[in-house]
Amino acid sequence: MTATPNMDFVNDIIANGGESVNMCFQCGTCTASCPSGRQTSFRTRRLVRMAQLGMKDESLTSEDLWFCTTCYSCTERCPRDVAIVDIIVAMRNLAVASGNMFEGHKKVAQSLMKNGHTVPINDEVKKQRKALGLAEVPPTVLASKDAKKDFDKIMKATGFKKTIGE
Amino acid sequence: MAKAKYAFFLGCIAPLRYPGIEKSTRDVCAALGIDLVDFNDASCCPAPGVIRSFDRKTWIAAAARNLALAEKAGVNILTICNGCYGSLFDAAHELHEDPELLKEVNKILAEIGLEYKGGTTVRHFAEVIYNDVGMDKVKKAVKNPLDLKVATFYGCHFLKPSDIKALDDPENPSMLDKMVEATGASSMYRKDKMMCCGAGGGLRSEFSDYAMKFTEENLKNMKDGGAEVIVDICPFCHLQFDRGQQELKGYSMPVLHLSQLYALALGMDKKELGLDAHLTPVKL
Repeated sequence: MTATPNMDFVNDIIANGGESVNMCFQCGTCTASCPSGRQTSFRTRRLVRMAQLGMKDESLTSEDLWFCTTCYSCTERCPRDVAIVDIIVAMRNLAVASGNMFEGHKKVAQSLMKNGHTVPINDEVKKQRKALGLAEVPPTVLASKDAKKDFDKIMKATGFKKTIGE
Repeated sequence: MAKAKYAFFLGCIAPLRYPGIEKSTRDVCAALGIDLVDFNDASCCPAPGVIRSFDRKTWIAAAARNLALAEKAGVNILTICNGCYGSLFDAAHELHEDPELLKEVNKILAEIGLEYKGGTTVRHFAEVIYNDVGMDKVKKAVKNPLDLKVATFYGCHFLKPSDIKALDDPENPSMLDKMVEATGASSMYRKDKMMCCGAGGGLRSEFSDYAMKFTEENLKNMKDGGAEVIVDICPFCHLQFDRGQQELKGYSMPVLHLSQLYALALGMDKKELGLDAHLTPVKL
């Protein structure tokens, strides 16, 4: 099977925050430093090379793209100052925008929209908070309808709902 | 110089899963003279590993709303979570460095009558304790010296990216170890101390089995190094170790946030630490 390179891909990555993608000279320090690469099939150097070579479909639909925990070990050690995490984030943004999003991730995004927080409040934690002398509901968007409305307006203005395919 | 006031940015995991971390932070700050005010109306930071990975624009706009709320109230931000610190610090940095981005973000904030001028400083609880309070003052404040062997867990977004955080050596830091040792506890050496807990970047939420492999490797290194308790500075690392040990066999190492360790050392009642929310029992 031959891959069809998409030569706009690298420019899309650059436009989405991965400005240093072409600085990579493939030394592999990133792969050697990656704690995820020890556990998974993820190879950081390979992903950056796929970006440079325009392998859009292959990289944006791969699970590997999501095995990075954004720990920054690669970025810290890169001898070319390539901001690798920014490149991975740019590629993930492009993956999500093209409809490639996992269910577990969608749930986190949905919780953010619904609650203004990545996890919901529950009765058990309310009880624990009260026992500690804290407000049952923390003084965040959870405690103010007006603040939540403002938060919702931000979400609407950025088009987040549409981005995550809701 | 006027005493700095901080808006206490709660985030998600601490107030909604481990409220003892919130409570301990309030108590420890009061005892050490750090002036906290409630941060009303804030949302999720939003999380750097997940939300930023999904849509950078949404991430920075929601972060800018939090930054602008603090700016409007005339206070800086104090976080107790590496994720919140990562997002808010990095977003403030990007908005400071990129006037065009700031303009674009302010167009969005204008819809809710807010503007971010770029004046909010974002700090982490651990760093304020270390740099502003100082270890001499902490040592004097210790009423209950702790005889514990500790595995310190820095997490990732506290020190990294180090070119903008510039707090300590990202490969071989010592801040947290010194903070732990100021209580009388010992920080134990271990292999691969700076390895990620595995929770971040959406790994826990979608590929939990892989996240657990990170966690298990860390736990093994901690145990081999002779540690008996984990001290973290991030509620998400905290959750990954506390809940993770329930899924793994052979580990039962109590997990404390630095604020909880300090509350204990400063002589506060153990009941005030919120330890009943922990799944891995904390018997100290």
